[in-house]
Amino acid sequence: MELVFALAIGTLTSTGIYLMLRARTFPVVLGLTLLSYGVNLFLFSTGRLVRDGQPIIGGADIYSDPLPQALVLTAIVIGFAMTAFLVTLALRSHADTGVDHVDGAEQSSTTKESSGREEADQ
Amino acid sequence: MKLEVVLPILIPLTAGALSLALWRSVRLQRLLGVLATGLLLAAGIWLMRSTVEQGFLVVEMGSWPAPYSIVFVSDVLSAIMVLLTGIIGLAIAIYSLASTPTGHEKFGYYPLMHLLLAGVAGAFLTGDIFNLFVWFEVMLLASFALLTLGGERAQMEGAIKYVTLNLFSSALFLSAVGLLYGMVGTLNMADIAQKVNSLEDPGMITVVSLMFMISFGIKAAAFPLFFWLPASYHTPQVAVSALFAGLLTKVGVYALYRVFTLMFTQDIGYTHNILLWAAALTMLTGVLGAAAQFEFRRILSFHIVSQIGYMLLGLALLSPLALVGGVFYIMHHIIVKTNLFLVSGITYRLMGSYELKDLGGFYRQRPYLAILFLIPALSLAGIPPLSGFFAKFIVVRASLESSEYLIAAIALVVGLLTLYSMIKIWAEVFWKQVPDHVTDGGGLNSGLQPRHTLAYYAPVIGLATCTLIIGLYGQPIYSLAEMAAHQLMNPQLYIDAVLGGQAK
Repeated sequence: MELVFALAIGTLTSTGIYLMLRARTFPVVLGLTLLSYGVNLFLFSTGRLVRDGQPIIGGADIYSDPLPQALVLTAIVIGFAMTAFLVTLALRSHADTGVDHVDGAEQSSTTKESSGREEADQ
Repeated sequence: MKLEVVLPILIPLTAGALSLALWRSVRLQRLLGVLATGLLLAAGIWLMRSTVEQGFLVVEMGSWPAPYSIVFVSDVLSAIMVLLTGIIGLAIAIYSLASTPTGHEKFGYYPLMHLLLAGVAGAFLTGDIFNLFVWFEVMLLASFALLTLGGERAQMEGAIKYVTLNLFSSALFLSAVGLLYGMVGTLNMADIAQKVNSLEDPGMITVVSLMFMISFGIKAAAFPLFFWLPASYHTPQVAVSALFAGLLTKVGVYALYRVFTLMFTQDIGYTHNILLWAAALTMLTGVLGAAAQFEFRRILSFHIVSQIGYMLLGLALLSPLALVGGVFYIMHHIIVKTNLFLVSGITYRLMGSYELKDLGGFYRQRPYLAILFLIPALSLAGIPPLSGFFAKFIVVRASLESSEYLIAAIALVVGLLTLYSMIKIWAEVFWKQVPDHVTDGGGLNSGLQPRHTLAYYAPVIGLATCTLIIGLYGQPIYSLAEMAAHQLMNPQLYIDAVLGGQAK
């Protein structure tokens, strides 16, 4: 279980960071979301991974740490609000400036260059 | 229950909720804005008085004993920061009465301002590392909304960078908290500080401490993580800029101070050396960036970055004198920087621009405003007898005592370059004639609306007076900084105060 869990966190984080390095707002938003998923999973694991454990001491022999679960819950709620804000902001910025580049503007030469590269990617 | 420790959080939170309830009545919101920030200042003074008397004030939420509950702790550094929050809050609330466009006031400017202050005060007072994260997010979300209020194009561009980098820093902060919890099994800062010293794997602690350093470094706008600040701080309306300039980055600096004096002092040779060079490069890049700018608020934004370097320098040297200097610098900087932004707002209102080439003639037309600009500007550059001189003097002296001659030299050169920037603003905005392309003297001849004059000038005069008092009557302020530094140098005092007798 630990291996799968660690791989999942690693995949989420690396994909998230890769997407964040793109220069367009939508991949950046997705990247941040994936990164926060990775962090949330990681936070959950800091109380050690326990199967079939109650989050109460004394109820059974095996128990799991309830504190990280509470932390993750808080982090999820905050992350949800932040993502919602970021999506709205990105949409508004796109509507106002007409481009979805994170720098708000780009020179025409780089536009051609990057769009050409994206076509090549597809 | 020590009420004074929670009041600085409760007052702005309540005021924020009330302002939301009074959504339709801008008049009542304005009244409440001034009233609540005034109360916040009063609570800050109360907190300062009892903290100085008792050393540490600890409140355990829900009366659970210390490591299990969330604690709010006020030591002298926290009390100083809360008091400054009160001063800046009141100044901004009064200034907003005149400067905030009606559209902003109708769409929740005042509730957001209160929530921002609540987040800032909470971050200064909490003694729990995860709670610190929560207060950071409260503050950030309010700041996001304030930054984009009005929805102009430049604001959107700046906000995207600001939001993205801050969210990334939060993710990093959160994983560092997770790693730390996985190792020591507690979130209470005093408890962590006590337990990290007995861990068998000190290397891991250094890794975690660096994660904290990067995360708080982004929030404090330290080198090389400061790019979001000059990209965004000049875009919102001026009262918001001034509020951010005074308080937001300083929350990051405060968090660095708290964490790197209390918890991560195992490997000072490594972590604090990184901080030292980050501080030097922050000073240099900030001031050089400012030299290339010709927009009033952009110059000031770059100077925030450069001044952050001085504060980090105080922390990085980690000697009693250096910490005194750092704390003194924070006190001086918050007041001066906010004031400069407020002055830039008045010049904008009169002439309709922040570009230096479109401004001019203020010395002839508004000599009093020119003097009000000179006080914080010269103080920022470190001219005696203003507050900045003593702040710089202590920091430079501390670096000489620690035999960091190169760093001391950099600090002095940066001071000189700061003076260059301030003179540039002085020469362009105040000294030169009204530029030819500006017709009928801009708005200079007509001036401010009479009912706005008081709200514009009162905060500027008040903050300039604070600068003069810190400069001319510095001894009490110095001894306050000395008390704060003494507590920071002896983390055991903090641990004992929070955990009480069971610490041993």
